[in-house]
Amino acid sequence: MNYVLSNRARMISFILIGIGLISIAASFMTHSHQAWSNLLHNTFYFMVIALCGTFFLALQYAAEAGWSVSVKRIPEAMGAFLPYAAVLMLIVFFGNLIAGNNGGHYLYHWLHHDLYDPASPEYDKIIDGKSAYLNLPFFVTRMLVYFAVWIGFTLTLRKLSLREDKEGGQAFYKKAKRISAAFLVLFAITSSTSAWDFVMSIDTHWYSTLFGWYTFAGLFISGLSVIGITTAYLVKKGLMPWVTEHHLHDIGKFMFAFSVFWTYLWFAQFMLIWYANIPEEVTYFMLRFDHYRVLFWTNFFINFITPFIVLMTRDAKRKTNTLLIVGVILIIGHWIDTFLMITPGVVGEHWHIGWMEIGTALGFAGLFMFVMLNALAKAPLLRENHPMLQESLHHSI
Amino acid sequence: MHYESELREPLILGDKTYHQITEDICRPIEGKANKWWWIAFTIASAALLWWIISVSYTVGTGLGVWGLNKTVGWAWDITNFVWWVGIGHAGTLISAILLLFRQKWRLSINRSAEAMTIFAVICAASFIVSHMGRPWVAYWPLPLPNQFGSLWVNFNSPLVWDVFAISTYFSVSLVFWYSGLIPDFAAVRDRAKTKASKFWYTILSFGWTGTAKNWQRFEELSLVLAGLSTPLVLSVHSVVSMDFATSVIPGWHTTIFPPYFVAGAIFSGFAMVQTLLIITRKVLNMEDYITIYHIDMMNRIILLTGSIVGVAYLTEFFIAWYSGVEYEQYAFINRATGPYWWAYWSMMTCNVITPQLFWSSKLRTSVFATFIISIFVNIGMWFERFVIIVTSLHRDYVPSSWAMYHPTWVEVGIFIGSLGLFFVPFLLFTRFFPVIAMSELKTIVKSSSSQAKKKGADNHGH
Repeated sequence: MNYVLSNRARMISFILIGIGLISIAASFMTHSHQAWSNLLHNTFYFMVIALCGTFFLALQYAAEAGWSVSVKRIPEAMGAFLPYAAVLMLIVFFGNLIAGNNGGHYLYHWLHHDLYDPASPEYDKIIDGKSAYLNLPFFVTRMLVYFAVWIGFTLTLRKLSLREDKEGGQAFYKKAKRISAAFLVLFAITSSTSAWDFVMSIDTHWYSTLFGWYTFAGLFISGLSVIGITTAYLVKKGLMPWVTEHHLHDIGKFMFAFSVFWTYLWFAQFMLIWYANIPEEVTYFMLRFDHYRVLFWTNFFINFITPFIVLMTRDAKRKTNTLLIVGVILIIGHWIDTFLMITPGVVGEHWHIGWMEIGTALGFAGLFMFVMLNALAKAPLLRENHPMLQESLHHSI
Repeated sequence: MHYESELREPLILGDKTYHQITEDICRPIEGKANKWWWIAFTIASAALLWWIISVSYTVGTGLGVWGLNKTVGWAWDITNFVWWVGIGHAGTLISAILLLFRQKWRLSINRSAEAMTIFAVICAASFIVSHMGRPWVAYWPLPLPNQFGSLWVNFNSPLVWDVFAISTYFSVSLVFWYSGLIPDFAAVRDRAKTKASKFWYTILSFGWTGTAKNWQRFEELSLVLAGLSTPLVLSVHSVVSMDFATSVIPGWHTTIFPPYFVAGAIFSGFAMVQTLLIITRKVLNMEDYITIYHIDMMNRIILLTGSIVGVAYLTEFFIAWYSGVEYEQYAFINRATGPYWWAYWSMMTCNVITPQLFWSSKLRTSVFATFIISIFVNIGMWFERFVIIVTSLHRDYVPSSWAMYHPTWVEVGIFIGSLGLFFVPFLLFTRFFPVIAMSELKTIVKSSSSQAKKKGADNHGH
């Protein structure tokens, strides 16, 4: 069965993108400082959601999972956004660099030249010490390597999947499994380093060894939520009759389990820094706790309590409506989490979330939706020749 | 209807019937122990005796008989404690997390891995008690009402959290393990030939009759315990890591510790399961149940968790440099190039390099290679804890108090002896308890045994 991108869906995407463009323009006119941070925040957020599609896919191959075959097209389609995300990220980074060089505000504090000049009053010994890693050429190289690796593997897995549709046999599956294992190794490294680069280096002095895993755990939930929402939507439209409550149950379990896992990492990072109370580290949380208090606690409650209570029972995980509602809440919740990771480092105490911030996010969501649904429409929704297909069709728990 | 892809390997070889499974698994209990078992038991008992002597000497004389000093206040005691607790992680991971992930291959190995967990946690606890120096006041960490005035445990201390975490873990693992044993004990009871064994297995099996009601309660209990155990797999070693990570000591205070300790614990736990099961399956003729496929699967988990640990090592090293904190930077340079460099590089070799050999499917499916690599991992994970504890402490903030740590014969005795403390009960377990969860294993005969696979292939051909 095929998904056809309806005019209505196309229209909604365009409206959202339009809202986004207006919001971005308006925010540059009113508070350009946070406008840059909004762009980085949303680009990073949707980039990693797309990346989580490929990660989920690779995980299913490497773990030889059978149940997920019936929904594998969805994470495949999510990966299609990665090239767009890469272009957006380059625009945001270089756009901001040019703006900064012309007297604007840098997103990344370490881009200031004066920090590295011992004669300058701005000289910063600690940041100077990091300059072997945090310098423009190396940063840009790393960024390009991430995009090359992520997009390369995403396209390869997609190609194998489409060829399997046409030619059948086990060869594509076996090849995809090997490629997935290689991707997971590279992902293990790049998911951490990219979180340090794109996010942690904003608070240039601050450091936390857990940061990479924490970022990954949170954003994997957003990725799972997109999978959950899309599955629920397609099931409701009657386009995936082979997806039963058993599959929904498994997706729900993933969302539940990783929400608990995220909370565990949130607590580990926060508690250890709070407990040791070392000035260099604790300032990070003090800024967020003192000046973003409502968001700070909202983040914790939305992303932990909601899935924990709502998805606790077996029945809840097996319903399309719960997955839709919890999925949307979690996507908003982790958007807030990412906001808290990025914005305070850029704008300090002077932040706000108004219609322009929400509008920007809606614009990105619209673009993501449009790209993903287009990719989804390009191939049948069921992978007919997957060697594990029968397991998934007979899946019962 | 349950369906398995033809890509799935059989989990029980040799076309076993239900009766044959019972026969194969009860044989070691019903027969006499062979020569190898007695040799192993004698060595283990000798080690246990050595442990008793060393611990008695420590308690009788005082902690001064250990090599600790004012700078290095924790060394082998806590290293061994963390090592043993880590080993104790595989059992619950197999019975709880692999259950959630519907990995059926866990069924042949869960019983012995859980037994290992319990004995390992006992060994770990023995180090906590003995390092207190005054074991008769070992109940002091418990928040008991007392006559000492307003004296109360310090709830802010991760050491107290540890007491709760480990005792909860131990209790839940023990109940989980024992409740799984009940139907199997009943099977042994029903086959018992002697009066004595009839008597003992009747008591052990709690009057199990195998009715539908029995099974229903059994299933419900298993589900509840699996739910309770899952967070425990993560919490125990996280709390152990907080013993270090909450302190402001370079090399200890790092936020990655909780998940990284958990990964390391699973890594070392599976290595120990491999070491034990490779011997057990050979000695007890269980090759049809603990197949090469099982070994392969466990090796994949070793590869995965070993890689996570490797990423964590590199992350720590990188962030120590990146932080710009000179104490932090020095702690890591000192680890790699200081007087304990050999411990650091043993750890790196055993934990980061050797598990990577498992990328080769040839090595993953080789019993011999697996055995050797599992030993390497066991050693490497011991060194990891030694490196974390001793190298972070021995050169502290004041260079005038820098010191080296040398273990005494007593500490060596307690460590080697703790292997006896572990192996004596484990060997007894292999003689008196069914080492494979036979009632549970029988549930997959229809879907995953070698004959079921053949049947599936036949049907496929029609």
